[in-house]
Amino acid sequence: MSLLDIRAISVRFGGVHALEQVTMNLNPGEILGLIGPNGAGKTTMLRVITGVVKANHGEVQLEGELLNTLPIHVRVRKGLGCAQQLVRPFREMTLAENVALAAGAKHTQYPWQSLFRVERMEALRESRNWLAKVGIEDAADSYPEAVPLGYLKRMEVARALAIRPRMLLLDEPLAGLNQAEATTFADILFELNRQGQAILLIEHNLAEVRRICSRLVVLDNGRKIAEGSPETVLKQSSVQEAYIGQGNLNAEN
Amino acid sequence: MGYEISLLTAMLISIIGSLSLNLITGFCGQVSLGHVAFVGIGAYTASLLTKATTPFFAALVAGMLLAGIFGVFVGLASLRVRHDFLAITTMGVNFVFLGVVRQQDWLGGELGVSSIPDPGLGKLGFLALVFGCVVLVVLLSMQIRRSWMGYVFEAISGDEDTARMLGLDVSRYKLIAFALGTSLAGLAGGLYAHHVRFIYPDSFAFVESITILAMVVVGGNGSIWGVMLASALLSLLPQWFQFIDDYKLLLYGGLLFAVMRFSPGGLAGFAQRWFPQSQKSFTLEVDK
Repeated sequence: MSLLDIRAISVRFGGVHALEQVTMNLNPGEILGLIGPNGAGKTTMLRVITGVVKANHGEVQLEGELLNTLPIHVRVRKGLGCAQQLVRPFREMTLAENVALAAGAKHTQYPWQSLFRVERMEALRESRNWLAKVGIEDAADSYPEAVPLGYLKRMEVARALAIRPRMLLLDEPLAGLNQAEATTFADILFELNRQGQAILLIEHNLAEVRRICSRLVVLDNGRKIAEGSPETVLKQSSVQEAYIGQGNLNAEN
Repeated sequence: MGYEISLLTAMLISIIGSLSLNLITGFCGQVSLGHVAFVGIGAYTASLLTKATTPFFAALVAGMLLAGIFGVFVGLASLRVRHDFLAITTMGVNFVFLGVVRQQDWLGGELGVSSIPDPGLGKLGFLALVFGCVVLVVLLSMQIRRSWMGYVFEAISGDEDTARMLGLDVSRYKLIAFALGTSLAGLAGGLYAHHVRFIYPDSFAFVESITILAMVVVGGNGSIWGVMLASALLSLLPQWFQFIDDYKLLLYGGLLFAVMRFSPGGLAGFAQRWFPQSQKSFTLEVDK
């Protein structure tokens, strides 16, 4: 059975079809690349999965359970760990505190009970392990303003991991990083996946996507235009056309 | 001596009022420009009940409950609107409250409620009661701060969308902040009504909401001790120096401007800048 099942999702913003009848799935232990040119609907798809955007049509299921009507925080607690495109750390907290807040999910599930839960050391210790996992434990006590973007991107992944999600949803984690940083980060994601973490990766860096993803789904103008292994998908003319345009393709040929 | 006791009692009540707003605005980041409406709900409820021969403490609790219930309704608005829109919404709450009490004869209309019964504790006894309430409110604030609830409030105050993405039930936490803050405002109102023994709509005018907000902002949004210090100063100064009372609006307006321009962290932020070392341990041990 798939971990995540997306069935015939359609989203309209006014007259614009952001997604049209898109069906895709994520298998357990898989790292799936969701790619496509700007405006293809990738981020909208991620928002439909997390519940930020409501689909006009279709279903999202996590291990057979329908998520459509559930609010964002419930979906997250059911196993969606999400790192957003633009980094959004809590700026008044250190990186370790950022991650510890997620690691202490059991303390925060019932708001009234959280008033009587004081002990934070365990979550802070755990947060260091997550930061170590993405290679930035040296900055655990730094505030977000004092560390480079690459660190914040990794902190976001550590924070998403700290809720022990069944799947990670990553929206352009490599954007804004130089090639060396991107390669290091992609290696970390690959290693996480090797340890069994299912990942849905939205990414523009096709070299890294090709390197680490086991399967790709390509969107263009809100429609799914291809699906399969990176080698076959990236060779398809419809995919190349979507990325570099019909005219350029003709010129190249 | 009687005057000093009365002054001290009034000061302690204003500390409860500003700490109650500090829970909503300082801890949870939800701006409220109409907080005195909840002080008013507590004051009217408690005083009308004691006038109807309800025991004082029962009336006080009823005032807290009713203020808290209305607070949750306003909190529901905070789930829909944010930032400056929330500020304007809560400002509207203050005017709605005033509009209602001015027009309702059973609430005393423009004349308000007078001859509020003496709780029968004596001046010193009443001061002790109010002091006890301050201690409880401070302890509650400290407990929230050091607990996971305070941790979540801090996150919501920073970025509520991200807080949701970490699986936090932001809506419910915000409603709790409103419920706690507004019921404590109701407590301040009940105490105030039985301290001055006469209330009328202008006691809860918009400028009073700004006064409470000024105490929170000048003290340092979210800092328990800073807010207490600012409320003590801002409530005592106009009483001690008549000329300050005459220029109260000017003083509060000027202070708000000066704090925002020169020390957005208020007195607490100011202290942190001048005594970084001492403030750090203070923040860790006391505020966290």
